[in-house]
Amino acid sequence: MDKDFAARRRRDLIIAAALATIAALTPLFVKDVVVQNILILTLMYAGLSQSWNILSGYCGQISLGHALYFGLGAYTTELLFTKFGVLPWFGMLAGGVVSALIAMGLGYPFFRLRGHYFVIATIVIAEIGLLLFHNWEWAGAAMGITIPIRGDSWLKFQFLRTKLPYFYFALALCCLAWFVTWWLENSKWGFWWRAVKDNPEAAESLGVDVFNSKMGAAAVSAFLVAVGGSFYAQFVSYIDPESVMGFQFSLLMALPAVLGGIGTLWGPVLGAAILIPLTELTRFKFGGSGRGVDLIVYGTLIVLISLALPRGLLSLFSRPKKTGAAR
Amino acid sequence: MGLLYGLIAVGLALIFGLMDVTNFAHGEFLMVAMYLSFFLFAFFAIDPLLSAPLVAAALFIFGAVVYLLLVRFAMRAKANAGMVQIFTTFGLAIVMRGLAQYFFTPDYRSIPQSWLGGKTISVGGIFLPEPQLVGALVSIAAFAGLYFFIHRTDFGRAIEATREDPGAVALVGIDKNRVFAFGWGLGAALVGLAGAIMAVFFYIYPDVGASFALIAYVTVALGGFGSVFGAFAGGIIVGLVEAVTALVLPPSLKSVGIYSVYLLVVFIRPRGLFGSM
Repeated sequence: MDKDFAARRRRDLIIAAALATIAALTPLFVKDVVVQNILILTLMYAGLSQSWNILSGYCGQISLGHALYFGLGAYTTELLFTKFGVLPWFGMLAGGVVSALIAMGLGYPFFRLRGHYFVIATIVIAEIGLLLFHNWEWAGAAMGITIPIRGDSWLKFQFLRTKLPYFYFALALCCLAWFVTWWLENSKWGFWWRAVKDNPEAAESLGVDVFNSKMGAAAVSAFLVAVGGSFYAQFVSYIDPESVMGFQFSLLMALPAVLGGIGTLWGPVLGAAILIPLTELTRFKFGGSGRGVDLIVYGTLIVLISLALPRGLLSLFSRPKKTGAAR
Repeated sequence: MGLLYGLIAVGLALIFGLMDVTNFAHGEFLMVAMYLSFFLFAFFAIDPLLSAPLVAAALFIFGAVVYLLLVRFAMRAKANAGMVQIFTTFGLAIVMRGLAQYFFTPDYRSIPQSWLGGKTISVGGIFLPEPQLVGALVSIAAFAGLYFFIHRTDFGRAIEATREDPGAVALVGIDKNRVFAFGWGLGAALVGLAGAIMAVFFYIYPDVGASFALIAYVTVALGGFGSVFGAFAGGIIVGLVEAVTALVLPPSLKSVGIYSVYLLVVFIRPRGLFGSM
């Protein structure tokens, strides 16, 4: 492994640790509940986008159906909790495992598809999931599930009086997703994925197991997104099919990574840090009118950023030397 | 119904299928067309059937302008071209929805009386609603026209050639931007036609496009990218599947049938039924 690369990886780890420490300290200074809320969502989407990035960015399999895994995580946790009294912590793991298994099951037929056919298939499968949950009486159908409030408790992971535990969990999720990405980037898998993304035929001929590396990426990605979904369900304490499995989540997971820099370690974090506060602020400022001004502002931003910086915001920082050194 | 999906999909088949440009704002084009024909009816009492050519012409200009102002630059992106196209047109879709909410309010509107609305016609003992019938006829005509246009005229061939190799067509003196702007205009005009007819029997509201857009993508992909005939066949299949699903499953699940058939088809034929790409 070449020296520059090792140095860069060490530097990344130090920066991440520093950022995480700073983030962990912010609640000491930020007491405003609205701002805390925005911070929690930002961290959550950073984590989700980082997970999405594993399959779609590194491995190049663009999925616009990750809302399925997000919703499955949320539903598994809450169904286990409300129907069987299983604690959300176990539900979270179960949701992750269920999603990862489903992702791999879907991978069998899906990974034969290329390009638009694959993207449309991912949208369609999430939409099928949404419609099925809409009609599944036992799971609350369109009414959804209200999570019973039994007072503040770490055991049940619900808190009424403070948002801080949610904040720290979101931070932990974001760090976990980042660390998994960082670790995988330099593993056998990470190299396989990039090879699969750049040229699957060439990768195959050089002995890369294309199919299994896609499956691996899908499983890791789905697992982490499902954990995010479980967290979100506990955080908002009410879920229905639209609010956890709607198409907008698939886009909201993809957007930060695309805006920050798809297939990069820092892109999703950077994108989320800019995009989510902007989204929430425009909604906060203009959304009340009910006349769509927030949509106009938000849409214009997306158009401008994606036109101006096709490689993402991260490309602003990269020095020309990096392209040579990273290989 | 199937032919109507076909009609929405035919415009998309041109933009998405033949020029290989993702347009996530296709549903919003439809929405704009429906509002246009609503306002022409509300203010000037022009029946949607008569105003359809006007709407199509307006959408032609709109589509060409969108291409020249936005999509042209999205296509120029050197990295992640696919994602840039998706998010540029998706952003446009959000803006258009926002603008519609701002100017037209989120209220549901409909065209109460028109020449076609609510009437049925009996064909050999089967009662068919007239608007759908007209929609079906227009759809067949539109497909036939597009097929002829793509395969028999120089301009149609220029579109295909430009997608294949923009560099080479520039050498023989074809201006890529003019060809694609025209293609986008034509695609938008076709969806304008669809919108004008659908305005007669669907509620019109800012989000109306979203519900049709996904089915239109599925229709095009089902038929296979790069094939006009494929999109037509896709439209018919989608319509039939929807009708059959409606008999077996509760109405809220009717789209599940369409989606499942899409998945089934691409698992067997990864390039759609008649796709060449």
